[in-house]
Amino acid sequence: MTTTTRAAQRPLAEAPRRRSSRRRRGEDLAGYAFLTPWLLGFFLLTVGPMLASLYLSFTRYDLFNAPSWVGLENYQRLFADPRFIDSVQVTTLFAVIGVPVKLAASLAVAMLLNMALGAKGFYRSAFYLPSLVGASVSIAIVWRAIFIDGGIVDRIGQGVGLEAGGWVGDPSRTLPMFILLTVWQFGAPMVIFLAGLKQVPAELYEAASVDGAGPVRRFLSITLPMLSPVIFFNLLLETINAFQVFASAFIISNGTGGPANSTLFYTLYLYIRGFGDFQMGYASAMAWLLVLVVGAITLVFFKTSRSWVHYSGETR
Amino acid sequence: MTETQMSSTPLPAAAAEAVMPSDHERERRRRRRGRDRRRAVVFHAITLALVVVILYPAVWMVVSSFRPSTEIVGNVSIIPSAVTLENYASAFSGIGGVSFWTFFANSTILAVGSVVGVAASSAVTAYALARIDFRGRALWFSLMIATLLLPVHVILIPQYIVFNNLGLVNTFWPLLLGKFLAAEAFFVFLMVQFMRNLPRELDEAARIDGAGHVRIFRSIMLPLMKPALVTSSIFAFIWSWNDFLGPLLYLKDPNLYSLPIALRLYVDQTTGTSNFGAQIAMAVLALVPVLIFFLVFQRYIVAGVATQGLKG
Repeated sequence: MTTTTRAAQRPLAEAPRRRSSRRRRGEDLAGYAFLTPWLLGFFLLTVGPMLASLYLSFTRYDLFNAPSWVGLENYQRLFADPRFIDSVQVTTLFAVIGVPVKLAASLAVAMLLNMALGAKGFYRSAFYLPSLVGASVSIAIVWRAIFIDGGIVDRIGQGVGLEAGGWVGDPSRTLPMFILLTVWQFGAPMVIFLAGLKQVPAELYEAASVDGAGPVRRFLSITLPMLSPVIFFNLLLETINAFQVFASAFIISNGTGGPANSTLFYTLYLYIRGFGDFQMGYASAMAWLLVLVVGAITLVFFKTSRSWVHYSGETR
Repeated sequence: MTETQMSSTPLPAAAAEAVMPSDHERERRRRRRGRDRRRAVVFHAITLALVVVILYPAVWMVVSSFRPSTEIVGNVSIIPSAVTLENYASAFSGIGGVSFWTFFANSTILAVGSVVGVAASSAVTAYALARIDFRGRALWFSLMIATLLLPVHVILIPQYIVFNNLGLVNTFWPLLLGKFLAAEAFFVFLMVQFMRNLPRELDEAARIDGAGHVRIFRSIMLPLMKPALVTSSIFAFIWSWNDFLGPLLYLKDPNLYSLPIALRLYVDQTTGTSNFGAQIAMAVLALVPVLIFFLVFQRYIVAGVATQGLKG
């Protein structure tokens, strides 16, 4: 976005003082000199490995014997692999339920804090803290201790009439447990929403109130449209993050994805296949599918954003 | 900003009232003040209740680390009945003959290395993309942005194969090399955005005085970029400190374990005996540096999240 506008402005701005070609070459030289570390990293650590994993995804490779070409076999096997199907299901459900709930919670709390009735800084920091530590091994350990059989959540759950038993070992309850873990980290999107809410002109609300719009109407007609770029940003970021849950699933399930594959998040299964079973080709195929899915989701988000993301200064 | 604007507009009316407040006016104002106070009380009650719920797991964690191991699971209370330091003694004694401080030192080396690498390489890269007018810049910038959205898992396996063939498994190199080559695009992006907001006249004046890019970068940009450098460094430190997947892949020798990996080993070894106390004490210890960073640099962290969408 920024690049296109800048590129469009540049010829206009710099046309008058035409540069000598020597100066031009000097700029090129300096540019690439400064860019060298990144270029090295880009080709050696990103592009090269990407191409390598694309190649590996068409081979069978166990790290010890040379890769042997098997064509599309890995991809075909994937769709016949019940554990793979389970891992896709777990991850999709997690993203489809967890992300909207998390964003709704973060928006609600952001609007609460935006009422600016004091101590905003303190509350913001307190709510943000879980985002900072939530993905760590430490919190995964605590989460397990809280949700385990006979743990706090079990105790409280029994008090309100839930069936006794831990959530960690119950396949029907592990997903809610992970969703609670991600919703607990609502602070990061909340901070971004708060920054967005600050940009909404107060006059809009005043004018709407004068016209007799109630709080629901004001929320639907002012807050949501004005926040739509921020909602878009948070939605994209959180969705991509949801596909990459790893440490907490690994710790809580002890690296197995159990019970009954109910915590077999996509990246955990990829790790088990690649680095547990040394099926590097198979795992590479999984990785490329992930790239394609994330790419497709990003594309769909950007394509549909035209119809619901409202940028200020643009009339619709 | 908006607050001052809002309070300044009704000022003339308020001033007029102050000169001659009628009984009616006074009554109305008192009622409004009462309503505002009630609103504030309700607001703080709701928000504080929410804070208690949200921070409960964290507080429970700290309290539990001081409880006798058998009293931890299922103990809802956050007021310990018996305080013990046994869990910490057990955590500090280390695992499998390796001291806790070895893990701590490994984590510190990795985190400090990451900070140095990220700050230096991202600043240099950002300077090229934000301030040097070279051919191909727009293309490289777009490619850099594209890597922001790339799932790391697609490069994990080939990277592992290469580092394995180079004999670099069980060294810190695989974990640090990327940081020194600006592979984390978030930081480059953050610094590019920051530099674009610095006045261009500064470098143009320096150019006229005959300064080259190295000079401009070192003497003009770097000092002005301090806020962006600080924000990047904080996040680089915390991300490295909490990183699990990288060390899990590359560090197999317990003497090289970072804290998260040591913690995982600890969980593995103690689940049989359900020694929750030591697990949780070590989990607390592993988070202490992150919490200190948070307390000291809150402002930078929150600003970084708000403007860049940096994840914790």
